[in-house]
Amino acid sequence: MKKRMNKYLLAGLIITGIVLVITLIGIFWTPYPPTAMKFGKFQPPSLEHLFGTDNFGRDIFSRVLKGTGTTLTIALATVAIGAAVGTTVGAITGYFGGLADDILMRLNDALTAFPSILLALLIISIVGPGSKYNVVIALGIVFIPSFARVTRTSFAALRDVNFVTSARLMGAGSGRILLVHLLPNIMRVLLPAVTIGFNNAVLAEASMSFLGIGVKPPDASLGYMLSEAQGMLKAGPWYAICTGLTIVLLVFGVGLIGEGLQSRNREVV
Amino acid sequence: MGDDNNPAVLETQQTSVDGNEENSRLLTPEKQLVLEVRHVSAGYRSGGFAGRGGKYTEVLHDVDFVVRHGEILGLVGESGTGKSTLARAILGLLKPEQGEIIHHTPRPQIIFQDPYSSLNPAYSAWWSVEEPLRIYGKYDTEERKRRVRDMLERVELPEECYMAKPDELSGGQRQRVSIAAALIRRPRFVIADEPVSALDVTIQAQILKLLRQLRDEFDLSYLFISHDLNVVYQLCDRVLVMKSGRIVEQGPVEEVYDHPKEEYTKRLLEASA
Amino acid sequence: MLEIRDLHVKFHNRDREAVSGVSLTINDGEIVGLVGESGSGKSVTAMSIAGLLPRKQCALSGDILLDGRDLLHAERKELRKLHGAEIGVVFQEPMSSMDPLMRVGEQVGEVLRIHTKLEKEERRQKVLQAMTSVELQDPEAVYSKYPHELSGGMLQRAMIAAAIVIEPSLLLLDEPTTALDVTIQAQILQLLKKLNEERKISMLFISHNLNVVRKLCGRVAVMQRGELVETGTTDEVFFHPQHPYTRRLIDAIPTREKRSVHG
Repeated sequence: MKKRMNKYLLAGLIITGIVLVITLIGIFWTPYPPTAMKFGKFQPPSLEHLFGTDNFGRDIFSRVLKGTGTTLTIALATVAIGAAVGTTVGAITGYFGGLADDILMRLNDALTAFPSILLALLIISIVGPGSKYNVVIALGIVFIPSFARVTRTSFAALRDVNFVTSARLMGAGSGRILLVHLLPNIMRVLLPAVTIGFNNAVLAEASMSFLGIGVKPPDASLGYMLSEAQGMLKAGPWYAICTGLTIVLLVFGVGLIGEGLQSRNREVV
Repeated sequence: MGDDNNPAVLETQQTSVDGNEENSRLLTPEKQLVLEVRHVSAGYRSGGFAGRGGKYTEVLHDVDFVVRHGEILGLVGESGTGKSTLARAILGLLKPEQGEIIHHTPRPQIIFQDPYSSLNPAYSAWWSVEEPLRIYGKYDTEERKRRVRDMLERVELPEECYMAKPDELSGGQRQRVSIAAALIRRPRFVIADEPVSALDVTIQAQILKLLRQLRDEFDLSYLFISHDLNVVYQLCDRVLVMKSGRIVEQGPVEEVYDHPKEEYTKRLLEASA
Repeated sequence: MLEIRDLHVKFHNRDREAVSGVSLTINDGEIVGLVGESGSGKSVTAMSIAGLLPRKQCALSGDILLDGRDLLHAERKELRKLHGAEIGVVFQEPMSSMDPLMRVGEQVGEVLRIHTKLEKEERRQKVLQAMTSVELQDPEAVYSKYPHELSGGMLQRAMIAAAIVIEPSLLLLDEPTTALDVTIQAQILQLLKKLNEERKISMLFISHNLNVVRKLCGRVAVMQRGELVETGTTDEVFFHPQHPYTRRLIDAIPTREKRSVHG
C-alpha cells in the first residue's frame, strides 16, 4: 500500500498540529492565570489581552488555552472509549456472528434509536452531573454503537477472505486472527471514523455544557465557555466569537484529516 | 491442529527439511493413502436463527475417492459443480452431512486461485510466510528466519520482493508467496484450488513447473482443482470428473482423456480440445 | 475495412506508452485475433477503436480508419454516431456489462433507441430477430427477463445480440469467453463463427487464450508491452512463430501433446 500524503491530510495535520502545540503550552503556561479576575471587565481584544476579557475581568485567551485542553481531553477519552468498546463489539458480532451477533446488534439498534443527547442526559442522571469523568463516560457510551456498526461490517466482510481461512488452517486462534490479521485491515475504516467521532464528541460536549449537564467550574471546556458567552453577546461579543472560532478550527483540522484519510482509501481501492 | 505436539510428526518434518526426501519416500510405500473421502454428502444451511434450523441445500452427493501418496490428483468440472465445496469439506471448514473424510497426514494446506485475497494486504511477503511458524511457536527468531529464507528461495521469489506488500507484487509473485506460506510448515498434502487460473499463460507455465518441482522436493501429494482440462492433463497423474456435485468418472489421466466413458467427460474434452 | 496506422496511446499517469506504434488491418469478413498477456495493450487498442478511452487522461496519435472514415480525430458527435452504428462491442464480464434493473430486451434494443428513428414495436422485432440469430431459446421470454435471471452463457449471447442488433460492420470482442465454462465457451465460439459466415461481420477477437484464438481466427496479431511483435495467418503464427515472445507464448499453452515434455 503506497501511502501518499494528500492535500487534505497535510492541511488537517498542520492545523491540528498547531492547535495541539498551543494546547500543550497552555497546560504549563498561560499569559495570565485563567481564573484571575483582576483586569477590567469587557475589554475588547488588544495586544495585552489577545481575545479580550469577560464579565469577571478574566483574560479570555488564557481561558481558551485551558478550555481547549479540557475539551481535547474529553473528546479524546470519549472517542477512545467509543472506538475500543465499539470495535470489540464489532469484532465479536462481525467475526463470530450467530447468537452474540443477534443480541448485541439488537441492543446496538436500541441504543441508536435514542437521540444521542437524550441518551447522554439519561446516563448523566445515573452517574451524576458535574465531573469531567462523568461527561466522558456518558458520551463514551453514546458513541459505542456507531463504531460497532462501522467495524462490524468490515469484520464480517473479511471473515471468510482467503488469507483468514489460511490463518485458521495454520491453527491461529480467534484472538490472533482478530488482532494481528484483521485489525490492521480495519484501520482504513476505523481511523476516518475516529476523526468523525472526535468532532462529534467536541460538539456533543458543547451541547451538553449548553444544557448545563456538562463540566462545572472550576473546570472550563470550550463548550462551557461558549454557553457562558451566550449571556454576554452584547457586552462582549469577542468572547463568543473567539471561543467559537477555536472550536471551529479544532473541528475543521480534524475533519480535514478524516477527509484526507478517506480519499487516500479511495485511491488505494 | 493438535498434531503440532506429536513428536512423530515433527520427526518426519525434520527429515524432509534436511533434504532427505529420498529416504522419507522409501519409508512410505508408493501406494499409501494420504486422504480418504468416503461417501461424503455435504451442503449449506441458509436462514434459521443463531445457526439452527434453516434450509439445507446439498452440494456434494456421495463423493468417494482417495488421494495416494506422491500423486497429483486432478479435479475437473465446470463452475458451480461443488469443487470448492469439496475443498472446504476436506479442510474441515464444512462438516459433511454423511460419510467421512479420513486424513493420513497432518495439517493439509490450501493454495487459492485468487492471489489478491490469499495474502494479507497489511503485511509483507516475508511476514505472510513467517506467520505460520509464529503461530506454531516452536522455533526461535533465528530458526524462523532461516526457514523463511530457504522457502522463499525454493519458490524462486526475487529477493527484492521479500519485504514488498501484496499490492506491490505481480500475480505470479503473489502466487509464489502463497505457495511458500502454504508449504512453510511442511504439509504432506496440499489442495490447490485453481492456482493458475488467474495468471497469464507464460506465468501459468512457470507456476505449474514450480508446483511439480516442489512436489518432488517436499514429497507432497496434491489435489489439483481446475476447470482447464489441458492444465490438468499436463500436471496430474489421475483425474476426477465432477458434475453437479457427483464424481461421474475417475481414473488415470491418459485413460480418462483417451477413452472417456461418460457423455459429460466427452463433452468437456471436446470443448477444450 | 478497418485500418490502424501507427497507433500510440499514452496515459498521463504512466511512464510507458500503453500502445506504441501498432499498425493492423482487418479485411471485410475477416476474424483477426489479437493476443497478448495482461498489460500488453491489447484491450487499450480495442478501446481506442471503440472510442472508449477517456480522452482527458491519455494522449492518442496515429490513425484509425473504418472504411476510410477517421475514428480518432473526428468530431465527438460524429464519432458517437460512427461508433454506435458501425462497431459492436462485447466485453468479458457479461454480468457487469448489463444494467441489473433493466429488462434484457430493452438493453439489447438500447442502441436502436439511441441511433435509429425506429418505433418501439419495430425495435422489439429487431431485438427478437437478433436474439434468435444468437440462438437464445425462447426470445420472447428472455426479452422481458432481468439479467440476474439468465445464466452466464445466455447473458453473453444477449450481449452479442446487443452488439449485432444494429447490424454493425465490425465487432470488437474483448475476452468474450474468458469468464465462461469450457462447454459454453465452445458454443459461443461456434456462434461467432456462424455470425461471421452468415452476416459477413468482421471481428477483432481479443484474448489471452491462444487455444481459443486458434479455433476462431484466420489471422493473428501478437502484442507484447504495447508493441505488435508478430502478425500472420493463424497457421503461420502457430506453426512457424518468428518472434521469440510468440514462441514462448505458444510453448506455454497447456495442450495434450506437450505432456511428455514436462513429465
